[in-house]
Amino acid sequence: MLLTRYLGEGGWWFLFAIAVIGIAVPYCNLAFQPGDPFYVSGFMVSLIGKFLTYALLAIAIDLIWGYCGILSLGHGAFFALGGYAMGMYLTRQIGDRGVYAHPVLPDFMVFSNWTELPWYWWGFDNFAFAMLMVLLVPGTLAFVFGWLAFRSRVTGVYFSIISQAMTFALMLAFFRNDMGFGGNNGLTDFKDILGFPIQARETRAGLFVASAVALMLGFMIAKAVTGSKLGQVLVAIRDAESRTRFLGYRVEHYKLFVFTLSAMMAGVAGALYVPQVGIINPGEFTPANSIEMVVWVAVGGRGTLVGAVIGAVAVNYGKTWFTTAFPEFWLFALGALFIAVTLFFPKGIVGAWNSYVGWMRAQKPDPLAYKSRDPLTLDSGRRGAPAE
Amino acid sequence: MTRVATMQVLRLLLVFLVLGVAFGQPQPAVAEDREALVATLAGGSFAEKERAIQAAAATGDPDFVPVLQAMADNRLFERKSDGRVVVGEPVGRNFRLLDAVTLDELETVAAGALDRVRVNNRVRRALSVAIGSMTLLSPDPAQRIRAAQSVFRSGDPEALPILDQALLDETSDRARTRLEQARAAVILNTDAPDEAKIAAIGVIAARGDREALTLLTGFRNQAEGELLEAAERGVATVERRLKTWEMAQHVTFGLSLGSVLLLAAIGLAITFGVMGVINMAHGEMVMLGAYTTFVVQQAIRTHYPELFDASLFIAIPLAFAVTGAVGIAIERGIIRWLYGRPLETLLATWGLSLVLQQTVRTIFGPTNREVGNPSWMSGSMEIGAISITMNRLWIFFFALAVFALLLLILKRTSFGLEMRAVTQNRQMAGAMGIRTGRVDALTFGLGSGVAGLAGVALSQIDNVSPNLGQSYIIDSFLVVVFGGVGNLWGTLTAAMTLGIVNKFLEPYAGAVLGKIAVLVLVILFIQKRPRGLFPQRGRAVEA
Repeated sequence: MLLTRYLGEGGWWFLFAIAVIGIAVPYCNLAFQPGDPFYVSGFMVSLIGKFLTYALLAIAIDLIWGYCGILSLGHGAFFALGGYAMGMYLTRQIGDRGVYAHPVLPDFMVFSNWTELPWYWWGFDNFAFAMLMVLLVPGTLAFVFGWLAFRSRVTGVYFSIISQAMTFALMLAFFRNDMGFGGNNGLTDFKDILGFPIQARETRAGLFVASAVALMLGFMIAKAVTGSKLGQVLVAIRDAESRTRFLGYRVEHYKLFVFTLSAMMAGVAGALYVPQVGIINPGEFTPANSIEMVVWVAVGGRGTLVGAVIGAVAVNYGKTWFTTAFPEFWLFALGALFIAVTLFFPKGIVGAWNSYVGWMRAQKPDPLAYKSRDPLTLDSGRRGAPAE
Repeated sequence: MTRVATMQVLRLLLVFLVLGVAFGQPQPAVAEDREALVATLAGGSFAEKERAIQAAAATGDPDFVPVLQAMADNRLFERKSDGRVVVGEPVGRNFRLLDAVTLDELETVAAGALDRVRVNNRVRRALSVAIGSMTLLSPDPAQRIRAAQSVFRSGDPEALPILDQALLDETSDRARTRLEQARAAVILNTDAPDEAKIAAIGVIAARGDREALTLLTGFRNQAEGELLEAAERGVATVERRLKTWEMAQHVTFGLSLGSVLLLAAIGLAITFGVMGVINMAHGEMVMLGAYTTFVVQQAIRTHYPELFDASLFIAIPLAFAVTGAVGIAIERGIIRWLYGRPLETLLATWGLSLVLQQTVRTIFGPTNREVGNPSWMSGSMEIGAISITMNRLWIFFFALAVFALLLLILKRTSFGLEMRAVTQNRQMAGAMGIRTGRVDALTFGLGSGVAGLAGVALSQIDNVSPNLGQSYIIDSFLVVVFGGVGNLWGTLTAAMTLGIVNKFLEPYAGAVLGKIAVLVLVILFIQKRPRGLFPQRGRAVEA
C-alpha cells in the first residue's frame, strides 16, 4: 500500500500507540469501578481527550511550520472557529431546555432581545452541515488570508505578525455581544450531541475514541503529504523559497494548499475539543494562545510530526501539573521553556533523541545501520543567510 | 481710575432702579437697607428670599457677592446661640465665620453650632443670576467674561439693564463680545421687536459653539414666522461650524493616539526596523518603564513629597537606564545567539516577555498601580470648540522630541553611523574596525531604552499593570510594518495615519469595530505594499 511507504516503521508504531490509548482509556473508564487499580476517572478521560485534540492541532502547525517554514501565529483562530461551529451545533441542540426555554433562540440572544435567529446560525441544527462548516469556515478563511498573503510574497516574520493581527481582530470581534456568538461568555451549557447526553460516561468515551481516530487520520494525511513529491517541494520552499520559484514551481500554490489543509485540521481539532471541555469562548482567539501552540511543536521537534504530538502532550501535561501545584510559576516555566528550547534544543525532544541515537551509532559502527534522514539539517544557525 | 468712578455712578443708578422695582411690586417692599436684606435672605420664605436676592443684586454692592456666593454654596448659616447671620469658610471640619452684614471676622466653630440657611432650586437660580449680573460690573475682565457666560446660560431678562450698563463702558474686546452674546440671549427671552430678535440670533449664531446650538434649538422650537426662519438659519450656521470643529477634534484625538502609537513603536523601529530583531518582549520594556515611574513616584511620595511635580523628569532618565540595561542584557544573553533566525528570536523573546510579566506580577501584584499626574500635566486646554487634555498634549510633544532625538542619533553621531554600517554590511563594518557585537548590544539597548521612555509617558494615560505591554505590542508591530521596516519617517507617518484613521472610524463603527477595521485595512495594505509605505531599496532588502 502507498501509505505504508509514507508512514515508515515509526509511523506505524505511532498509529498503534494512539489506537491502544484510544481503546484502553475509555475501556478502563467504562469497565471498571472507582477504586479499582485499572479504573481511569472521567476527569482523566476528558483531560487526555483534550490532549489528543491538542496533538492534532500540533500536527497541523508542524505541517506548515516544520515542513514549509510558515510560522502562523494565528492557528488558534482556526482552532477556535472549528470550535465555534461545533459549539453552535451544540447550542442549537439545547432547544427549549435553556433558562428562557425559547424553542429556537439560544439564551444569550433572548437575553439581549433578539427576535429571530441571524442568518449565519441557519442550518447549524443539522449535524452534517455543522461538520461541513467545521472544515469550510477555517478552510475558507485560511484560503483567502493565505491567497492574499502568499500572492504578494508576504513571508517570514511579516506573515507571522499579520497572522497574529488576524487572530487579534477576530478576538475583538467575537468579544462583541452584538456579533451573535455569545460575547465574552461564549457558548456553553451544552446538553447533548447527536441525541446522546453530553455529560454521560459513554458519550465522553465516544468523543475520546473520535478524537483518537481524528488524530490518527490527521497523522496519516500529514504523513502522506510530507512523504509525497509535494512534501519534497514544501521542504524545498522552506529551505530556499526563491530558488524553488526559479526552478519553476508555483510556490504560492503549494503554500496555499498546505496552509488551507492545516487550517482545516486545526478546525477539526477545535470541533472535537469543544464538546469535551464543554465551552468555547473568545479567549481561544488570544494571540498568546496561538504562540503557545507553536511552542508545543518547538518543544517536541518540528518537522517530525511525532515530535509535535509529543510536544503538545508534554507541555500541556506540564501546564496541568504546574497550574495545580505551583500556579505562580507556570508562566516562568513556560517562558523559560520558550527560551531554553530555542537556544539549546532547536530540534526539540525528537531532534535531540535522533542526534543521541546517531551519536550512539557513530560510537559503535554498525554495517547494517540505515542512514537516518534528518529533516532539520538545513536549519542550523546561519548568520546573514537568506531570511526564512 | 475712570472705571471706579463710573462704578459709583452706576451704583447710584442701580439704587434708583431697585427702588423702582421695589415700589412696583404689590407685595410688602423689601427693605433696601443691608441688614434687613440679609435678615430676609436668611429668615424669609423662599419667595421673599428670591426677592431679597434680586434686591441685593440691584444694589450693585460688591460686598453682597460673598454673601450670595456663600448662600449658593450652602455656606450661609444662622448662628444657633444668637441667630446672627454668618458666612462660613470651611476649615477642616469647622467653619471660620464672617458676619454677613459687616463681613467682620468672627470665631471658628463646629458645624453643630450653626443652622444652614435653606435654599430651593428657584432660589438657587436667582442666586446664580444675581451673582452673574453683579460680577458683570467687576473691574476684572476675566470675571466679567465669566459673569457674561452665566447670564448667557440663564438668559434671565432681569439682567438686561445691568448688561446694557456694562456694555456702555466695556473696554476689553473679548469681554464685549461675551457681553453682547449674553445680551442677545436675554433679548430672545424678552418681548423685544422681531428685528431685534433676528439680530440677536445672528449674534448667537456667530458664537457657534454647542451652547449657542442648544439655545437656538430651544428658541426655534417655540418660534414662528420670520423668527423661525432666522432661527433655522442660525441653527444651520452653528451646526456647520460645529461639524468643522468636530473634524478638528477627530484630528487632534487621532494625533494624540498617533503619538502614543509612535512612542510605543519607535523603539521597535530601532530593534526590528534597523536591526531586524523581532522583539516580542518590547511591550514589556514599555511596562518596565511605566513601573519605574511608579517606583520613582512612590519614593518621592514617601521621602520628598514637594518634588512630586518633578517626578517625571526623574523617571525619564531612570526608565531609560533601567530598560536600556535590561535590553543590553537580553541582547547579550539571548538574542545574539539567534541572529539570522528570526522565527526563533520571536519565540525566545515571547518566552522572555512571559517571564518579565510574571516577575513584575510577583513583585508588584497583578492589580493596577496608581501613577499620578503632576500638576502641570492635569487639566485641559480649550481651542475653539475642542478641548485638549494637557497630558495628551505633553505626550504628543514628548513623542516628537523622542523621535527627533533618535533621528539625530542615527544620522548625526558616530554611534549612529556605526549602527547603520553594521546593519548594512556586518562583515565589512567589522573589517573597518567597528566592534559589531558592541554596536549590536548598544543598538538594542537604545531601542529598549526608548521603549522605557514610552512607558513613562503611557503611565500617565493608561493603567499600569503587568499586562500594559501586551496591549501595545501588536499595534506597534503593525505601525512598524505599515511604515516600512528600517525607516523612522515611515514609522512616524504610519503612527499618525493609523491614529487618525482609527479616530475617524470610531464614531461610525464604534471603538472595537473601528480597531478591527484598521487591522483589516493594514493587513490588506500589506498585500499591496508588502514592504510598507516607505520600503527600503537596494541590495540590503533581500538580505
